[in-house]
Amino acid sequence: MTLKEVKEILDAEVFVGHDQLEMEVRTAFGADLMSDVLAFAKSGSLLLTGLTNPQIVRTSDVLDIAAIIIVRGKRPLPETIQLAEELQIPILSTKYILFETAGRLYTKGIVGCLEKVSEKRDFL
Amino acid sequence: MTSYEGTNFKKSFPVQGKSFENAGHISSKVKALLQKMRLSNEIVRRASVVTYEAEINICSYAERGKILLRVTPKFLIIDAIDEGQGIPDIELAMKEGYSTATDKIRQMGFGAGMGLANIKNFSDTFRIISEVGKGTHLKMIIRIN
Repeated sequence: MTLKEVKEILDAEVFVGHDQLEMEVRTAFGADLMSDVLAFAKSGSLLLTGLTNPQIVRTSDVLDIAAIIIVRGKRPLPETIQLAEELQIPILSTKYILFETAGRLYTKGIVGCLEKVSEKRDFL
Repeated sequence: MTSYEGTNFKKSFPVQGKSFENAGHISSKVKALLQKMRLSNEIVRRASVVTYEAEINICSYAERGKILLRVTPKFLIIDAIDEGQGIPDIELAMKEGYSTATDKIRQMGFGAGMGLANIKNFSDTFRIISEVGKGTHLKMIIRIN
């Protein structure tokens, strides 16, 4: 689905990336621990998180995350918005909690960027 | 270091210690550089992740530090060298879940004791040398192909 559809499903506010809403997304990863995002999230996925600091943008840049969805109605910090604009990573904010956000996207066809963690190293 | 002879790229990046203001910007630079060298997505991803975690550690704990990137035809060698408090018990520090992070570090989404474990998992070879009161040296080697 497009990021525009994600925005509508989540009744989300767009903070960065008004011009990138046509991008296609198929997978997502949700966590507040950036070390786990680094370990498990896949490129091209949505990042669902409750954090609002610039590290969510840095982490997304390192992994080529498609867009960031901030949950629980939080708003990105000004320095987070600035960095996201610089690196051209869209940021949306939704009032839904993480569980609801994930559930609403899942029922519309977005799946996890991986189902289960594997025993062996799995880099991509 | 004779086994790494034939280095065709070498660059050192200073990292500001005890500050999150620019945390991650070296990793972004390293990633862009490696992409320009047309390394595979997997290699770029792994190198970016280990650089980022190492950079976060320097920003979290050290007074100052640097990240040294070397690229040879067969290997990527990333050294993260800092002057700082050092690690008294490396075995304990390597344990998943063990952390000495402050609230500030945790608020940034780190400090859950996963950083060094991530670095180890994403490297082909990982070595850590540390001296209390002096600093820490992480060496990460990623095989290309």
